[in-house]
Amino acid sequence: MRMDIILRVVGKILIPYAVVFALYVQFHGDFGPGGGFQAGVVIAAAVIFYGIIFGLAAARRAVPESLVESMVALGVLVFAGVGVAGIVLGGNYLDYFVLAHDSVHGQHRGILWVEAGVGITVSGVMLKVFYLFTGRARDLEDGP
Amino acid sequence: MIETGAIAALLAMMAAVAVAVVRQRNLFAVVVLTTAYSFLMATALAALDAADVAMTEAAVGAGISTVLLLGALHLVGSLEMKPSAGSAVPLAIVVVTGLLVAYGTYGLPAFSDPDAPMHRHVAPRYLQEGPKETGVPNVVTAVLASYRGFDTLGETTVVFTAGIGVIALLRRRRPGEQEDKP
Repeated sequence: MRMDIILRVVGKILIPYAVVFALYVQFHGDFGPGGGFQAGVVIAAAVIFYGIIFGLAAARRAVPESLVESMVALGVLVFAGVGVAGIVLGGNYLDYFVLAHDSVHGQHRGILWVEAGVGITVSGVMLKVFYLFTGRARDLEDGP
Repeated sequence: MIETGAIAALLAMMAAVAVAVVRQRNLFAVVVLTTAYSFLMATALAALDAADVAMTEAAVGAGISTVLLLGALHLVGSLEMKPSAGSAVPLAIVVVTGLLVAYGTYGLPAFSDPDAPMHRHVAPRYLQEGPKETGVPNVVTAVLASYRGFDTLGETTVVFTAGIGVIALLRRRRPGEQEDKP
């Protein structure tokens, strides 16, 4: 599909907006619909469509596999780290009230980081599964 | 009233697509039909004011899983084999289970009934105290990330575990590499 000019032009126009929309959903989830999970799948879908239109090699250059693999674990660590930060600052596990001098501000900060962790892990897992599936198809084409 | 009609129409179209999926033997067409099913589902969820779930359904159900299913078709070929046994027993099981589920819905409270138990337990407290306690206007986010933080941590861990499982199963081994090497 790399030669299809309509797909290339539409992809070039739409994919940046999809990524910006994902970031909006991620960081505006406190006020509008959405949150980490939705942002994670939208950003993964944007990269996947980039990979379909411009080729898997281009997608791997833009979002390297090592980064994707680290994201799978990093998100859970961020989420669990927020919980540990609550203990360190004198509260319970996943207690956001102690994360800032003001309890409401602490809630804001905790929710922001927790949602970031969810988004990182979800987009990482989705992209990793995509890379593995498509990589396997290419292996078969290359022959045993 | 219009909303109820629109949702009924969407559900009828989803049922039609489901029947088409069962009858279709060409798996490529099945993948396209399941994508249509996901978009109808996402539209129905948007009509029910569940924007978060609608967004997820459109991105995962219609987008990512379609790509993954097409990748799988590339590996296994796109023509379904003829079933080896007759379809009478599976059909009977499906019909009986479906009727039981439909019968079970009569025990549920009516849709969006404010007196339903689930709306009288902790939901009023979340709705009244949530914005004050967390300063987050979107109650869905407040419940998900703050009140039910442990659940969400568990869900994220499930996604992580699923990803690790797929990596363990499908990771490529370079030619000549031994099985037992790391």
